Amino acid sequence: MSRAREGAPASWEVFLRARRGLAHQHVGSVRAADPDAALALARDLYTRRGDPLSLWVVRSDAVHAASPDERDPYFAGARHKPYRYPEHFAPLTEKGPEGDDHE
Amino acid sequence: MNAPAGTAAAVDDDELLAHFDALLAEGGTVEPRDWMPDGYRRMLIRQIAQHAHSEIIGMQPEGAWLTRAPSLHRKSVLIAKVQDEAGHGLYLYSAAETLGVDRADLLDALHRGQQRASATFNHPALTWADTGAIAWLTDGAAVINQAPLCRTSYGPYARAMRRVCQEEAFHVRQGYDLMRALCEGTPEQKEMAQDAVDRWWLPAVALMFGPPDTEAGGADARTAALGAAVSRRAMAWGIKRHTNDELRQRFVDQCVPQAERLGLTLPDPAIRWNEERGHYDFTPVDWDVYREALGDDTVWARQRIAHRRAAHEDGAWVREAAAAYAARADDGAAEEAEDEAAVAVGAGEGAVFVGGAEEGTGETGACAVRAGGVAGEDA
Repeated sequence: MSRAREGAPASWEVFLRARRGLAHQHVGSVRAADPDAALALARDLYTRRGDPLSLWVVRSDAVHAASPDERDPYFAGARHKPYRYPEHFAPLTEKGPEGDDHE
Repeated sequence: MNAPAGTAAAVDDDELLAHFDALLAEGGTVEPRDWMPDGYRRMLIRQIAQHAHSEIIGMQPEGAWLTRAPSLHRKSVLIAKVQDEAGHGLYLYSAAETLGVDRADLLDALHRGQQRASATFNHPALTWADTGAIAWLTDGAAVINQAPLCRTSYGPYARAMRRVCQEEAFHVRQGYDLMRALCEGTPEQKEMAQDAVDRWWLPAVALMFGPPDTEAGGADARTAALGAAVSRRAMAWGIKRHTNDELRQRFVDQCVPQAERLGLTLPDPAIRWNEERGHYDFTPVDWDVYREALGDDTVWARQRIAHRRAAHEDGAWVREAAAAYAARADDGAAEEAEDEAAVAVGAGEGAVFVGGAEEGTGETGACAVRAGGVAGEDA
């Protein structure tokens, strides 16, 4: 898909732990020649506000991902299995599903 | 990609289009690796590129005042704002790259005049008050334009716009604050504020929203039909949510009371409250008004691009040095570099990445299975 030009700086995905209690989350991407430059750029771009705790950069071409073209078969395990949800079963009390939480 | 040949052939364009239309109809988000009509992709690339170019060209009128700010506080604020504009450009170039273009090509197109930035920024910032008027009026217009884009149908664009909008609110407030300080100052300062508003009102109300696209908004029947066709297409695809003229009205309604509080006059004698419509009337931005706002004199337009090109060319040695340094580091530790895909500041934490690099442009085809919990979406 991407037609990165010859000699163009590599693409890096940026992951930020925006504050305590959160996992690192994908926030965007930067272009940079090397990891330290990517990190510096990511800092300037994605952590100008708030109380950021930690920052990762990962080369975009190092991310191994499921192909979207095979999405349906690949994620088939997630579908058509209502028995994986609590609502599929009778509630534990006569008050209905909400009742379960207050027992 | 690896689907059996028979299956791939069976899925023809009509079916893909039907699936695409159904996704939009239910308010779904289109993600980078989804099938999309060529026209949708082209419209997005054009709009996002123009938007990105406007962000970085828009740094220039205010950037010129950084060294002449009247106090350290105002200078710090202005640096923060101009830096934000650079960041907005970078968010948007990243979003454009998910559509299969390279940002270097987009910048080339800008430098060669094949793509444009908003003509708003071809106007000069003549006094310090202009930095306030730009932030209050053009950034205020941008917020009104951009707030609906946070729900635009293309995922990476919407996520970029959510970040942009969060930061624009600060831009508008600091601009208004700057104008208020001038209006509460000496008569000369207030006069300077009024003068800047006189110059920036038309570029904001006309150029920031684009040409008229409704008859009510001031277009004649033919151009209204043309403009409306483009706007309708963009709205059908969920790229735009409102006509240019609708957003323009919203902007005027917002600005009039703000100007009143400052004691400034917006330079449009036709502005008055219309009880019946529940909106402020104003001089319609027809094509004549629009052309007047564009300005005949393109000296400043040329200067903006010349400045941009010079910055790009003067900075070439930095990019070359960074590439040379990276190449040398690769030679020195080729094996290590292979293994060391991730670099982190702060606590390292083992991570398995499922889903992939959505906004990225990596070559692996790794881009863009919908990654759960992208931070920009939650914020």
